[in-house]
Amino acid sequence: MIITKQKNFNELLQNIGSKPVFLVGCTQCATLCHTGGKDEVLALKEALVAKNIPVSGWAVLDPACHQMNDKRMLKEHSAELNSSAKVLVLACGNGVQTIARLLSEKEIIAGTDTLFLGEISHVTEFNKQCVLCGECLLDLYGGFCPVSQCPKSMLNGPCGGSSQGKCEINSNVECVWDRIIQELKKRGTLQTLSIIQKPKDWSKAGEMNRRI
Amino acid sequence: MTYRSNLEKSLSEGRFTLTTEIGPPKGADPLKIRDKAILLEGYADAYNITDNQTAVVRMSSLAGSMILLQMEMEPIMQMTCRDRNRIGLQSDVLGAAALGIRNILCLTGDHQSFGNHPAAKGVFDIDSIQLLQMIKNMRDTGIFQSGDQLLAQRPCVFLGAAANPYADPFEIQVDRLRKKIDAGAEFIQTQSVYNMEKFSRWMDDVRSQGLDKKVHILAGVTPLKSIKMAERMKFHVPGTDVPNPVYERIRTASDPTKEGYQIALETIRELKNLKGIHGIHITALFWEEIIPSLVRESGLYIRK
Repeated sequence: MIITKQKNFNELLQNIGSKPVFLVGCTQCATLCHTGGKDEVLALKEALVAKNIPVSGWAVLDPACHQMNDKRMLKEHSAELNSSAKVLVLACGNGVQTIARLLSEKEIIAGTDTLFLGEISHVTEFNKQCVLCGECLLDLYGGFCPVSQCPKSMLNGPCGGSSQGKCEINSNVECVWDRIIQELKKRGTLQTLSIIQKPKDWSKAGEMNRRI
Repeated sequence: MTYRSNLEKSLSEGRFTLTTEIGPPKGADPLKIRDKAILLEGYADAYNITDNQTAVVRMSSLAGSMILLQMEMEPIMQMTCRDRNRIGLQSDVLGAAALGIRNILCLTGDHQSFGNHPAAKGVFDIDSIQLLQMIKNMRDTGIFQSGDQLLAQRPCVFLGAAANPYADPFEIQVDRLRKKIDAGAEFIQTQSVYNMEKFSRWMDDVRSQGLDKKVHILAGVTPLKSIKMAERMKFHVPGTDVPNPVYERIRTASDPTKEGYQIALETIRELKNLKGIHGIHITALFWEEIIPSLVRESGLYIRK
């Protein structure tokens, strides 16, 4: 799941100005993290109308990052799109870019900030899990990722700042290395940590496209 | 036997060795380093030059080390992985070796959120253990991290690392020390010791695994200058352990500065008698002027 958060409303107002705007949401990640589902799109519409900003229409795409689906679904809104100067997208940066390519004559406003790839631990709670590094090392660490969850991405951790299971940079953050150690201890494989892990091959994170 | 550095010689010959620390200035004035160096000259075998410590921008450790070399004093250049990727780090290792720097302390580095540029992107391309191994391989087998070969002279450096017996989980800290030794650490400077009981327990484990025979361990000592500093070390600085009795001594003392000095003296005396400790690393940031009398009064060898 790609976790996003909505940009501050005043910042959005500033970017929209006073011209008519069309709103786009997404049925997938942005719906599940409550930033760009139908509920949030309609709530934003209401808030904009209350500020006297005309909203020409809205659509929740399925998903916003799917070019073919977007083309099909946006066709039904062509009149509304024609009467708007701007399109505000409540989806992740991926969805925003797909819409921007499709509607290149419109000014696109990103309505969210994209934070991380993460799990949904509760309905309203999300945890960072992955930074899309191109070479998964989870087997080495009992299923916990130090690349994404250790602020220093240490492959040979923990650092000297791990304290009572918490990370030195923020005591609200769990030290992923502490979790790795507890997990490997449970599995009886703690000694595997004595192997020095080599520097990561970041060239694998450089893929720009993939065709199958 | 030829040694790469005075520090290596002192440790290898079994002398109780002393290192201390000089923090470069937040500015371009070389005199700021020279003044501290003149103050400390003769009171240590080698002098750490910190690398943008606590993620605050300062003069580079390479430049600071060079200024010390010009004064015929021996630097230990600190290197962190926060600000440079493997290309930058290896390049600076070559540069440092070319300029005559012979000791490098390999650290992962404090996170950028602690410093004066919290919006910076931390690099952390590699960690301290990988840094040790990378420099060791450059030195011993003449290959860069990628496997590419060095062409003109290998960096002849003595490699160090940090150890923190107070970090959690305690049970893995000795394994972590072993891992640093395996990666290439030849000397260790520890986190500042205030909790002697816990430090002794760590050293018991270190000795039981024979690690004190494989690496030279210098125990860290940082005198507490004030109640405020004791509070900061106790409650705010990650990875430090100021136990209540020590904190209370400072807090209730009529002269906290004097008490802090006294505690440091006692700590050094105890550490000197602790089996497996090969020296002391004194850091007294913003209180460097206390080091000469601390060294003299604790009966440590004076090099002047």
